[in-house]
Amino acid sequence: MVAIPEGKVGGYGAHDDDDDKPGFFARWFYSTNHKDIGTLYLIFGIISGLIGGYLSFMMRMELAEPGIQFFDTGHQYNVFASMHGLIMIFFMVMPAVIGGFGNWFVPIMIGAPDMAFPRMNNLSFWLLPVALICLLISFAVPGSASGNGFGGGWVMYPPLSTSGAPGPAFDFIIIGLLAAGFSSIFGAINFITTILNMRAPGMTMHKMPLFAWSVLVTAFLLLLALPVLAASLFMLFTDRIDGGTGFFDPAMGGDPEMFQHLFWFFGHPEVYIMILPAFGIVSHVVSTFSKKPIFGYLGMAYAMVAIGVVGFVVWAHHMYTVGMDVDLKAYFLAATLVIAVPTGVKIFSWLATMWGGSIRFTIPMQWALAFIFLFVVGGVTGVMLANAGVDVALHDTYYVVAHFHYVLSMGAVFGIFCGFYYWFGKMSGYLYNKWLAAAHFWLFFIGVNVIFFPQHFLGLNGMPRRYIDYPEEFELWNQVSSFGAYITLAGVFFFFAMLVEAFIRRRPASENYWGEGATTLEWTLPSPPPFHIFNTLPRIEDTDDGH
Amino acid sequence: MGVKRLTLAASAAFFAMTSAAFANKPTDGGYWLQDAATPVMVELTKLHNFVFWIITAITLFVMVLMGYIMFRFSEKRNPVPSKTTHNTLIEVIWTVVPIIILLVMVVPSMKLLYMQDALPETEMTIKVTGNTWNWEYAYPDLEDQVEAFISNPLEKDDAGDLYLLKTDAALVVPVDTKIKVLVTSSNNLHSFAVPAFGVKMDAVPGRINETWFEVLPGKEGTYYGQCSELCGVNHYKMPIEVEVVSKDEFKRWVANGGSFRKVAALGGTATAAQE
Repeated sequence: MVAIPEGKVGGYGAHDDDDDKPGFFARWFYSTNHKDIGTLYLIFGIISGLIGGYLSFMMRMELAEPGIQFFDTGHQYNVFASMHGLIMIFFMVMPAVIGGFGNWFVPIMIGAPDMAFPRMNNLSFWLLPVALICLLISFAVPGSASGNGFGGGWVMYPPLSTSGAPGPAFDFIIIGLLAAGFSSIFGAINFITTILNMRAPGMTMHKMPLFAWSVLVTAFLLLLALPVLAASLFMLFTDRIDGGTGFFDPAMGGDPEMFQHLFWFFGHPEVYIMILPAFGIVSHVVSTFSKKPIFGYLGMAYAMVAIGVVGFVVWAHHMYTVGMDVDLKAYFLAATLVIAVPTGVKIFSWLATMWGGSIRFTIPMQWALAFIFLFVVGGVTGVMLANAGVDVALHDTYYVVAHFHYVLSMGAVFGIFCGFYYWFGKMSGYLYNKWLAAAHFWLFFIGVNVIFFPQHFLGLNGMPRRYIDYPEEFELWNQVSSFGAYITLAGVFFFFAMLVEAFIRRRPASENYWGEGATTLEWTLPSPPPFHIFNTLPRIEDTDDGH
Repeated sequence: MGVKRLTLAASAAFFAMTSAAFANKPTDGGYWLQDAATPVMVELTKLHNFVFWIITAITLFVMVLMGYIMFRFSEKRNPVPSKTTHNTLIEVIWTVVPIIILLVMVVPSMKLLYMQDALPETEMTIKVTGNTWNWEYAYPDLEDQVEAFISNPLEKDDAGDLYLLKTDAALVVPVDTKIKVLVTSSNNLHSFAVPAFGVKMDAVPGRINETWFEVLPGKEGTYYGQCSELCGVNHYKMPIEVEVVSKDEFKRWVANGGSFRKVAALGGTATAAQE
């Protein structure tokens, strides 16, 4: 896509005079540097991933057999399930993929020296630890009569989040999510401004790398969706006050279903917020290791725009059983199916990019190939669920759990690991050990499939979600699913072993360690890039070999 | 079929004697939808299976195509990559073909949706109220004869194999009758779900939602469902049990004031007392 003629980008050696880094505290706590902030986001994402992963592992342990083994009450289980969702979404996937890779590579890919608002960038990051601490506090303070913590699900539907959770636990979640929401809104404003105004000379929108496109679309989704979440959280907040409002309280003329509409107006775009950047990453990886430019670049970019736009008008397919008007359901059914079309364009364009290529099965490429296939599996079950008639049988069952983990736990997360291995050498300056990385990949790939594929069966057979205990008919597939969690856990150990090994052995990574297929601007900089980059802006020449 | 009946619940004992032993609950290690007992569920299963074959075919197609590409265009076999980045025809094809597939799917899907959702002329009404954490069933048409009652889950010792499915008082409905179900809640959200009926309707405080079912003739028996909207600490423990009986038996049940114990006490004479 982007052709950088030899010698045009200029030298940015490690001994460049602008490479004077501030001291440790100033560098990491006052940071305004997009790369350092990106690193902070990634570390934060890994820590949150461990917390969220621990919560899910405990749930799988509990569900391995019928009966209640590990938890005290159903409430405690519900708390774990709710917090797993919130932490994985707001504190693992979003920080890693948007904050981490977005901050690191969007400015570099478009040839900008930094983000447009570096101080706001700092604020965006530091709101997140505060938010996470609020969520962690909520575990330990009273939630409802049943115990500590909030167990109303990540969707936070009233009345379970209003009269059903009178304790302060949910107030901490509201505060935490408001902080995280503002963090995302600031980040979105920053990305939009950066991408629209700070592209290097010659870097037109239609030459911009697809990852930058994906973050741009994501940023618009964040900017439009997060305020709705903030508003609905605030409405919950005032509803919870004694003698407060009654937006969602039927006794005061309110309607609990209004919250569901507001929540999913945010919640559905949120799904694309998590997956679109992964689309961008996978596009680069597929192109790099096929040694071919991406196939149908414009189609790929505008498919993401289409997914973003249509993503805003399909929200009520999460609510087919709330008692909506049938014509409304018919509309949401049809609109939801439409999303399959641009998604299909993306899948086939990745395959076409590989077609005729010279494919190298490196670690990031393995994650990318796994991503494509697993995303197809998660995508087609989405088509099944879109059919409002069939959804009546599957809504709120494990089929839905399987579906959204295939697109998130295997879509977004595989996209994250794909990007992590692709750019690890660029970010750290060190090469990872291939065998540890391969062990991580294979254990993870097998593990998540063993966890989530049997959950389709549970859902079809009628097992509802968010159950601490279940009739014994569901035992077999729950056992298999829990076994998959152990395999995945082993994969996580290899991930950390890979990290530790790489930082101990310190095998230096060259400027472009992937070779000829890697054509975006980050591969013209040293690994790791100097503290300040592009003091002289790169000039993107007009070429016609791109698209 | 062949569900082990427990004598603990008098109602179960009574209906086990008088109705066909058809029962529907999750199947052990099952991997498919539960057997359909209503016309809606029959159609739902058909649509599910139809869509299942489409999505399986698509998944296999992508898998085979990927496998071929990985084999044929690996670095070893194809050292020199092509530079093709466009092919308008193929791009049009992979946009139009999915649209056609979706159109083929959307027609039966809409039919099912309207069949499910457009209430036919129903012959009787039941009212279901979700409480924390049990269900309350009322028969508005038969208010004078049958009092509303609460259906509590049975503990493990009483329910045995049917723990988390069995209750102390089932909802009793006649077979082959179009039944309107009014669903509401007294506090939290709940969802009234009977998988074999293709019924799942949220119980929302301040709202009365409507749905319907009609159990096919010959499908008398006990059906089980579970609350399907998170409702708090005992969400997992508010099962739904529906006894589907013949129209005559239902009349007798109503004549007995809808009381399980009375019916059990009358024993065999209950049958003789009716003409």
